[in-house]
Amino acid sequence: MPFWAEKIGVPRTLAVEFPFGHTLGQPHDAAQQRRVIEQALEVLEAEGAPGTIIHSPETWPVSQKEATREWQPEEPSPLVRVMTPHFREMLRERRRGGQA
Amino acid sequence: MSVDSFKYLPRLIGTYYRMTGGRPELPIPWTPLPQPLSGCKFGLVTSAGLYHRGVEPPFDLAREKQEPTWGDPTYRTIPTDIRQAEVGASHLHINTQDVLSDVNIVLPVDRFRELVADGRVGGLAKYAYSFMGYQGFPPDTTAWQETYGPQIAHKLKAEGANCVLLTPT
Repeated sequence: MPFWAEKIGVPRTLAVEFPFGHTLGQPHDAAQQRRVIEQALEVLEAEGAPGTIIHSPETWPVSQKEATREWQPEEPSPLVRVMTPHFREMLRERRRGGQA
Repeated sequence: MSVDSFKYLPRLIGTYYRMTGGRPELPIPWTPLPQPLSGCKFGLVTSAGLYHRGVEPPFDLAREKQEPTWGDPTYRTIPTDIRQAEVGASHLHINTQDVLSDVNIVLPVDRFRELVADGRVGGLAKYAYSFMGYQGFPPDTTAWQETYGPQIAHKLKAEGANCVLLTPT
């Protein structure tokens, strides 16, 4: 998640494009997990500078739509339940502001 | 390849995150690798909300349900020889089914045992640590920064760990 690594200022990051809760890969795919860890170890071994972000070439073998649905909890989190109407309102205001 | 941080986020949440500001507190910390990895002992730290079932309690989800803008800042201790059946997960923001089937997707204890056996890394600390990634809204990581993070760093150092793999979720 390079967006947050950059924002927070993580010393060394391997960015992976995997769904939430699956940082190192799919369950029971030891080969994929091992490849991702090896890429992370290589980031650690490389001559780097604070804030290094290397992007992993690994891809997720499930469609974006399906993967987006699968990582989320069956019940929306308490925050999502409370905040969704506020987010929608914020976005509406932003759009109105943009048009003004 | 350039990783898209928002690929698997529902559009509303992704748009919200893009609107938030924030820059790192500079300078970004930096510790050079002290020696070749074959001589380094690794610690594992995740924010997947894992706990050692039957030994430690889950994270405080009851309070989060009462106070949706609060998240439990404490951590749990997980022996790195834990059996899959002893892995618990308490996290209201992700589906925990996959980690309850294979802990290695966030806490790679088996993969690191293999790396140690292969001589790729020097060792694995006896204990790993788990946080629960949701730290309230807006997120407040003060307790992590001031209390729990330093405690874990101290424990890992006391075990002789000199490298840590962090796996956020």
